Amino acid sequence: MASSREEIFGKVQEVLVDALGLDEDEVTEEATLMGDLGAESIDFLDIVFRLEKAFDIKVPREELFPAESVLNNPDYVSGGKLTDKGMAELRARMPHTDLSKFAQDPDVNKIADLFTVSTIVNFLEMKLNG
Amino acid sequence: MRWIWIDKFLEFESGKRAVALKNVTLAEEHLHDHFPGFPVMPECLMIEAMAQTAGILVGEARKFQEKVILAKIKKAAFFHYVRPGDTITLHAEIESIAPEAASTEGEIRRGEQVVARIGLMFSHIDKNLAGKRFPEENFVFTDTFGSLLEGFVDQYPSGERR
Repeated sequence: MASSREEIFGKVQEVLVDALGLDEDEVTEEATLMGDLGAESIDFLDIVFRLEKAFDIKVPREELFPAESVLNNPDYVSGGKLTDKGMAELRARMPHTDLSKFAQDPDVNKIADLFTVSTIVNFLEMKLNG
Repeated sequence: MRWIWIDKFLEFESGKRAVALKNVTLAEEHLHDHFPGFPVMPECLMIEAMAQTAGILVGEARKFQEKVILAKIKKAAFFHYVRPGDTITLHAEIESIAPEAASTEGEIRRGEQVVARIGLMFSHIDKNLAGKRFPEENFVFTDTFGSLLEGFVDQYPSGERR
């Protein structure tokens, strides 16, 4: 059964409220997980586990949050920025994220800002509705 | 040297759940200060007891090949004081386990009474922290922990550890 975006957002909101100890109104679509919501690395795994439970699907961490493996590849990073190759890789791995703004200045320090609440909702929408 | 804060396992179901027991005694010196004239088990030490129970359960699920570190307290709610002379049981269950980490849920009980509910996350540290290196030796699961599992688990890697 297809899930509506609102349904998915509602469940994601609940997951993030529980995982990060937030108030519901803090979890907006635009909020960044690390910057705005204060998520740390272990929280990403906590979020993945909770999403798996809430939606009853497998959520490979690498698919939802692929940045780490891209950053760890020396071909993809140069002078603190993603190379063209790295950018292409990130695009391929994150079809659920709008990268157009990031692509103008692909500073690796800004990569964390790509992970927003809507990234998760988009990802689940693709996973659940095909 | 690691300190052991549980006395024994009562039940151990590999990869699923475990029940450990701890006796609380006034011989534990911190109880004299916590609090003078009113000794109660510190809640942080209830979390430690659960972390050891659940951590060993998580470690055994991967045959002690991972270095299992407490990474997050998802929740900890305490409902009653635990006093000297009490026997508490720690009931831990693996909720999720992945190559990098595990999530557990648990209850601490005194008899039938639930005194705390504690949910934890453990990291398999070699698979995290962006490739940061740790000593080869498994400094988490030392021989002392092995003795706790006697009769429950036969794969504890005693002596030489990988």
